[in-house]
Amino acid sequence: MSKLNIKLRDPNEVMKLSRLGSFHQSKLSFLRSFIREFKDWEYKRNIFELDKDGYGVAVYSFEKNKRSYSLICFAQYINPNERSDRVIATKWDTAFVLHDGIPTQEDINRLKENVPKQEIGRMSYKELALSRANKSVRVFDHVVNSLSEGKQPDKNLLNKVGYLYRTTAVYGSGKFGLADRFRIKNRKEVYGPFRLEMMLVYLVRQFTFDQVNHIAKNKNPGKAVQLDENIARNLGIGNSTGLGMAPFIVNHPTLLHKWIYSREKALKEIRSIEVVSNEEFIFFKNCLTKSQSIVDTWLTESEYQNKKINSLKSDLIKFNQFIEKDCSIKVKYLWNTIYLWVEKNLNEECVEYIVSMMMEPYDKIVDPLINNMSSEEEQYFSIPGHRKISELKKILEKKYQSIIKINFKEKNSIANFWFISKNKEEPRVANRYEEQGAELEQPLAIARDIKQLYEKILKTNQSETVADFLLNNDDLRHVVRRAFINDQFPYSEIQDNTIGASLMPIDMLRLKLSFFGAVKFDPRSDKWLRINMYQGAPLSHELKNSDDTWIYNSLN
Amino acid sequence: MITFSEIETTTKRASKAAGFSWGVAEEIGKSIRSLELFGLPGIINLNQYLKKIKKKHPTKITKIEKENKTADKEFCPIYSGVAFLDRCLELEKLKSLKFYNVSYPLLMLPFISRASEIMSKKILVQFDNSSFLLNFDKSIFSKNIEKQAQSQAKVVNIEFIENKNSFSEQDWKELYKLSEETFVDESDSLKKTAAGAGLTDND
Repeated sequence: MSKLNIKLRDPNEVMKLSRLGSFHQSKLSFLRSFIREFKDWEYKRNIFELDKDGYGVAVYSFEKNKRSYSLICFAQYINPNERSDRVIATKWDTAFVLHDGIPTQEDINRLKENVPKQEIGRMSYKELALSRANKSVRVFDHVVNSLSEGKQPDKNLLNKVGYLYRTTAVYGSGKFGLADRFRIKNRKEVYGPFRLEMMLVYLVRQFTFDQVNHIAKNKNPGKAVQLDENIARNLGIGNSTGLGMAPFIVNHPTLLHKWIYSREKALKEIRSIEVVSNEEFIFFKNCLTKSQSIVDTWLTESEYQNKKINSLKSDLIKFNQFIEKDCSIKVKYLWNTIYLWVEKNLNEECVEYIVSMMMEPYDKIVDPLINNMSSEEEQYFSIPGHRKISELKKILEKKYQSIIKINFKEKNSIANFWFISKNKEEPRVANRYEEQGAELEQPLAIARDIKQLYEKILKTNQSETVADFLLNNDDLRHVVRRAFINDQFPYSEIQDNTIGASLMPIDMLRLKLSFFGAVKFDPRSDKWLRINMYQGAPLSHELKNSDDTWIYNSLN
Repeated sequence: MITFSEIETTTKRASKAAGFSWGVAEEIGKSIRSLELFGLPGIINLNQYLKKIKKKHPTKITKIEKENKTADKEFCPIYSGVAFLDRCLELEKLKSLKFYNVSYPLLMLPFISRASEIMSKKILVQFDNSSFLLNFDKSIFSKNIEKQAQSQAKVVNIEFIENKNSFSEQDWKELYKLSEETFVDESDSLKKTAAGAGLTDND
């Protein structure tokens, strides 16, 4: 028991968008926990039927204890002018589906007709996740040409891009006919959030290596060489991510809480450690040193992101000086001392970077939290109608302190609205005063609606029940529900205005992507960004002997 | 096959488009998903009901009593269901309720089913020839249900079932006696060393 009585960080601070938009990958990240869970599964390449140009079908699988999951890959020729990363695209270089079990030929035939069509195809309950990817043509062609000529590709070019393929969407949980989550949720190995999506991306990465080797070999059988494993390991899978992710974190409040709470609990427990061993401190410093060299490879043309990266770099210099001069394991509660210094002296981007790093030596703290990062949201859906309005008022005043201070009568406070686009059924955000469609606004303006609820209940008889209040105010039902959820799950709500003029939607994406374990955030506007996943990850035949710090191995 | 996730999302959006608030539309999404999960014709009923109310949105229910009659032509199953769910703990003391003239009564069921879970009581719902036993939102036993949409029920009877055993004391005794055959008789020496033995408890 800590004598310091360190508390969890205040949700009113942590859940601000600028803070959430500064989160980095950590030991809690889903692609790292996927590898930890599946490293001892039997990996296989079951089918590899590609023509000389790399088009055709391939199947990869993980198997253990009579359970198996397979990735089915479909690669096709597309005209270069049809290639687009945008969600409105209709053709992709490759399309992938994760299948529950080993697919029969009949399954493959069925999926061949549907998977390449993506959103307009139909999957079945036997399929678990769906995705597609486009080549980074510049890198892909360079790698194929180099290998076919018996040479390894230019590492500088590869480092700049970091992958051969970019996925443009990964779908799961009941979309387009895919299995509903309830069908598989009790399987221990996929209990962590997005674990199947992480598996899909990992296997896609392996396919990209096999495909370039295959094409190069066919191009010049006598001279071609295989892609060097050290180079391959340093390649991940790119991803272009748009606004689709943003509503997800608003629409899954208890899940969001579980993710953030796990991070906060880990931090609290680490700060509460009275005596830090030399081994733990050295481990932390090693991870920090390795990770810092990777920060130099984060290249972007985004002014917003460059500002963040530069702030991180200069803060890390200050932090290194602090660590060398003022930190020793002789200091009791060393992590707490470090955290307090960091919070006082550095910017949010670096604070959250150090928080992630502090988790590295502590498997025993982090591992038990991983299994608590999923949520049965249905359990918290019902509104406790018997409670009094006075109780609801107290909740709003305590849990939405800064939100109820926002003046939504100001034009800038309601500048944006969220909607679903008709052509791709995807979430979008637009300026309320310049675009049409605000009357079809999605219920994602939580701050504005909470404020409206607060103003309404100030004028309501405080002894009235919530059920009575809702009879006349069902337009506020969605936020009444959220307030009661937030009362139980303090990290369930973004404590910011998601429709204000200064909104940076990519902060919402960054939050989610950091939990995925993505790196190299490269915003292409305030509404979409590119990232990299699995760079530095063990290759499939190296999984069994891999260790969890692989994420710091790229370029090292 | 349309997935339950797709059912929930689409019914939520369709209900919003039909004039329900987002909060109520969320309830409808969950409800239709639940009906379909239990094998009941939720989509058919909702589709027809939303078409029916397209021109004139239904009146909201203002209170719930033991006998509920509406000045309007009929009760909206959604507003009635949501109001029932919100105040189920308060309604429990009525033991049973009646709603007269309910449009598409099947759509009320999932709300009452969720109430059954909140109240920890089974609820029996009957309208026309159909009856439904709602078991803590875990299952719905039904008899004589219409596979197609049923556009109106003259009376919907709702009865809270007290938590009591469905078997006689004799049945239980017989079963318990049989279960005793798995027990082992403890020797005197074992009794002496069992937890709490040997010391005074007045210390």
